[in-house]
Amino acid sequence: MTTEAAPAGRFGEFGGQYIPETLMPACTELEQAWAEAQTDAGFQAELDELLREYVGRPTPLTDAPRLTEQLGGPRILLKREDLAHTGAHKINNAIGQVLLAKRMGKRRIIAETGAGQHGVATATACARFGLECIVYMGAEDVRRQSLNVFRMRLMGAEVRPVDSGSRTLKDAINETIRDWVTNVRDTHYVIGSVIGPHPYPMIVRDLQAVIGREARSQCLEKVGKLPNVAIACVGGGSNAIGLFHAFIDDPVRLIGVEAAGEGLEGRNAATLTLGRPGVLHGTRTYLLQDDAGQIEEAHSISAGLDYPGVGPEHAWLKVSERAEYVSVDDDEALAGFRLLSEAEGIVPALEPSHAIAYLKRLAPGLPADDVILLGLSGRGDKDIDIVREALAARGVEL
Amino acid sequence: MPYLTGGYPTPAETVALIEALVQGGAGAIEVGVPFSDPLADGPTVQRANTAALLAGATLGGILAAVAELRRRGMTVPITLMGYLNPFLAYHPAGAARPDGALGGIAALAHDGAAAGVDGLIIVDLPPEESDAVRVALAAEEMSLIYLLAPTSTEARIQAVAERAAGFVYLVSVTGVTGARTELPPDLIDFVGRVRAAIELPLAVGFGISDAAQVATVGELCEAAVVGSAVISTVEQAPPGQRVASLRHFAEVMTGRGREQDA
Repeated sequence: MTTEAAPAGRFGEFGGQYIPETLMPACTELEQAWAEAQTDAGFQAELDELLREYVGRPTPLTDAPRLTEQLGGPRILLKREDLAHTGAHKINNAIGQVLLAKRMGKRRIIAETGAGQHGVATATACARFGLECIVYMGAEDVRRQSLNVFRMRLMGAEVRPVDSGSRTLKDAINETIRDWVTNVRDTHYVIGSVIGPHPYPMIVRDLQAVIGREARSQCLEKVGKLPNVAIACVGGGSNAIGLFHAFIDDPVRLIGVEAAGEGLEGRNAATLTLGRPGVLHGTRTYLLQDDAGQIEEAHSISAGLDYPGVGPEHAWLKVSERAEYVSVDDDEALAGFRLLSEAEGIVPALEPSHAIAYLKRLAPGLPADDVILLGLSGRGDKDIDIVREALAARGVEL
Repeated sequence: MPYLTGGYPTPAETVALIEALVQGGAGAIEVGVPFSDPLADGPTVQRANTAALLAGATLGGILAAVAELRRRGMTVPITLMGYLNPFLAYHPAGAARPDGALGGIAALAHDGAAAGVDGLIIVDLPPEESDAVRVALAAEEMSLIYLLAPTSTEARIQAVAERAAGFVYLVSVTGVTGARTELPPDLIDFVGRVRAAIELPLAVGFGISDAAQVATVGELCEAAVVGSAVISTVEQAPPGQRVASLRHFAEVMTGRGREQDA
């Protein structure tokens, strides 16, 4: 099956361009620029070189033997995006979009960020190319992720805290769109996930698809066959789409793990599990919304999953039943964080800790000669303080 | 043409505040439908959206307010302005939640027309995504009001020309709603580009906040939309004086105040 965006940027009934008229010409220009860049050998060569020599790609595919043994099921392989420059997969997209913006003659770059990883990645790419960089970040996230705020400022980016609404990722996106609508003529908006109006879900997917392409060939080389399962966490869903995309036409089970926050009965971010289709931030997709179509505040211990929407391609993969979506709550994610740290000496970010946590439910029921490919989207340094606080609040002292 | 967020500052005041605007000389009314994520609005309208939602504003309540205004004899055109998602989610109280790509648009067209709404302005619905909504509204003789911006190309102006009914809303600046001290210098050129392709009445909005600006825009096109300044007037009015303050504000904006002073 194919999930190519239709000419109007549709994934089935999802996607589209629900944005103010002011921004429409910019989206059309971006779509054309991306199409041209993809057939420009010079652009591709420059991007490939940056990915290899600046980002550090290909990232390794690492066996997790002790984790495999503890869970008592399939062989678990980790795709190590935590080892990419800046510590997460976000750089794959940021470096590509900033290169594209430079090609389009845009000198000013804006971005939203939740956990700060996309903001750091964009600030990094802007420092590399000498472009002005402004990052909008919910005031609550600025507080939760002060380390990443400092990293962005260190690289010359301006971080603007956003005080409206829930003061998290959703509101940071609103504020970035307000900046974009004001400065659209000289500004490129580097969206950090597979969300927003067409062509963004397609461009971000294309730039993140390197994760799955590498993992597919690494797995074939290492194991001699494709994985049986590919699993990744889903907030907006860029690392999951990036991992899944190379396997769409293969007999590989695809599982996206959402954040259930305090539980499905309480505050959560399980958009595909509990949401309904609607329109937000330029795209038609599943949303956490009330009966009147007002967007609800999401909650997760991990700032990077704290979003009440999800990429439209994920909505399509769910409806078409090509992928499964499950959810894992804050407590389970904390356990996943500790599990990988103790079993493999790899401290994961809280976001992929959700996918690790789901392995505890998934792996014991599967044959030992199966292979599970897990997208380890980022490293956990940024989350150390949050985890320490959360464990203390649960009576755990390390 | 004033814009007031429906249900702001409280749903109980909406009918009286809109009546005050019309008594003050407004020739048409835009009623905002509040949304949790008003991404094309500046701080003033954002505040009004948040306050209206906190006070319990709903789309159904706004339709009831319009019906009450019509019952009291108001004849000026009334359009609702908002974002797509609350319109898609519309369903009459007690009715099943809508599904399908058009959501509750058909029910909204039916109930809106019955209440006396003339059209919808949907900020995040460009021409490319608009056709099904336009057809559903037209079936109830309601207009989908299209927006154009200074960044709109000739081809996009033409796309609107082929679809528009009622009037066309020109966003005066690249930016969000909110008071600005000066009109943009390229406004005359922008209006001229649209006039060359579209014969419908034109309304210009975003950033228009004083009587001089209204008068200048009034020479270029058929209506000037004033929004944030309306909300600021309500915000700053002494307790119990909101209706009187808003009527006076409308009189000043429409020039009626000058005539009465003379």
